[in-house]
Amino acid sequence: MNNQSWWSWDHAAAVFPDLILEGFKITLLATVLGTLIALVLGLVVALVRRSSPALINAPVTWVVEFIRMTPLVVQLVFANLVLSPYFDSTLAIGIWVLGIHYTTYMAEVYRAGIDSVPTGQWEAATALSLPRMRTWRAVVIPQAIRNTLPALGNYAISMFKETPFFVVIYIPELVRVAQDYGAANFRYTEAITLAGLIFLAASYPTSLLIRRLEKKLA
Amino acid sequence: MPENTASSGTADVPHIEFRDVVKKFGDNTVLDDLNFTVSQGERVTLIGPSGSGKTTILRLVMTLEELTGGYIHIGGNPLQYQEQGGKRVRIPDKQRRRTTTDIGMVFQHFNLFPNMTVMENIIEAPVHVMGLSKAEAAEKAERLLDKVGMAWKKDARPSELSGGQQQRVAIARALAMDPEVLLLDEVTSALDPELVGEVLAVLKDIAAETDISMLIVTHEMQFARDVSNRVMMFDKGSVIEEAAPDKIFSDPERQRTKDFLHAIL
Repeated sequence: MNNQSWWSWDHAAAVFPDLILEGFKITLLATVLGTLIALVLGLVVALVRRSSPALINAPVTWVVEFIRMTPLVVQLVFANLVLSPYFDSTLAIGIWVLGIHYTTYMAEVYRAGIDSVPTGQWEAATALSLPRMRTWRAVVIPQAIRNTLPALGNYAISMFKETPFFVVIYIPELVRVAQDYGAANFRYTEAITLAGLIFLAASYPTSLLIRRLEKKLA
Repeated sequence: MPENTASSGTADVPHIEFRDVVKKFGDNTVLDDLNFTVSQGERVTLIGPSGSGKTTILRLVMTLEELTGGYIHIGGNPLQYQEQGGKRVRIPDKQRRRTTTDIGMVFQHFNLFPNMTVMENIIEAPVHVMGLSKAEAAEKAERLLDKVGMAWKKDARPSELSGGQQQRVAIARALAMDPEVLLLDEVTSALDPELVGEVLAVLKDIAAETDISMLIVTHEMQFARDVSNRVMMFDKGSVIEEAAPDKIFSDPERQRTKDFLHAIL
């Protein structure tokens, strides 16, 4: 395999199974779990910021701003340094950092979604004497989530594309696998190109789906 | 029918009582020291130019607005505030809800829940507020939908219905709580003209078949004439004239009332 040309199909074929079976598997796992964390915690944060007394609201707001205003890479490295004694797997740390980082964005999306529910809906709930909790659960949150689905989907794609930052804490996601192959074989082109194409192949159809969803909900 | 002003004058507790009610939005005084009562089963229509405070009265009764001053009693029970040891004390939301369960409201823009079917809209409160089983609530909903001519659309979403149909569902939704007071806030103002009739017909039937007390804000003077016992003319937050509909529509006392009726008829 000592091919001097720009592209070698042999190298491409050799790295491809690892990229899919190891790298892509980890990337996908991190995206799915990270999205779940961000979806759930984002809603919790949005609700806390909306309906809590200042005593709780102020520190939550401060933490949210802090996380949003610092780079994901720094958070990954920092969390890995501080938390590695308490976590068995670096991957778990990475997923939590990614999920919590995006929680702060998703919380904003939920907030906008909640604000977009017309006042008339709250008033109808009051006119029916629905308890506050029931109003949130049955009336407001379902409509808020519907309004925010496309934005939440776009953030999920964006998380997917940021998993390569895991490189900095040596999690064998897609790009790490590609680089490892490159380092071992002194051939980076095929591995990195394929990694990029795999990202494209996964995120482009997903974004088309979200665009269709957007149109359907509009 | 009470021929002229104010309450029934008997020893009965008035169904709705406004006592020294003040409502301000910022510096703007919308209602200024308003006093009136509505007896059990009475239908009172509020008329007057926009901004005269009619809708605010309904919204205060539904606790959608907070009183600035004074008291409202429903069936003798304080609604938003009560006097305790000479102080005016706010009634907590939970206790307010116990009083508002007897009050229903139909809105100008229907305000059906778009994420629920017609049937789900109607059984939501009976199940989660009154504690009916789903089956009981659904049976009752069927009956009410039948009454408003909407049973055939029970599985539809509000977005699939015309304005008139949505409003008829909203009426059924309010009635599902067995209200003793019904507030109708310009219920036909958002409708295309050809859809107004179907909604008013339903309301006339309900007025004829029940003894629900009603506070009505409307620009449909014929409807006001048909269903109400009393009409109150508002201007700048005060009642300037009140009388039976026949009297006020054909022979109003005040020039302001004459001008207003002339302008809208």
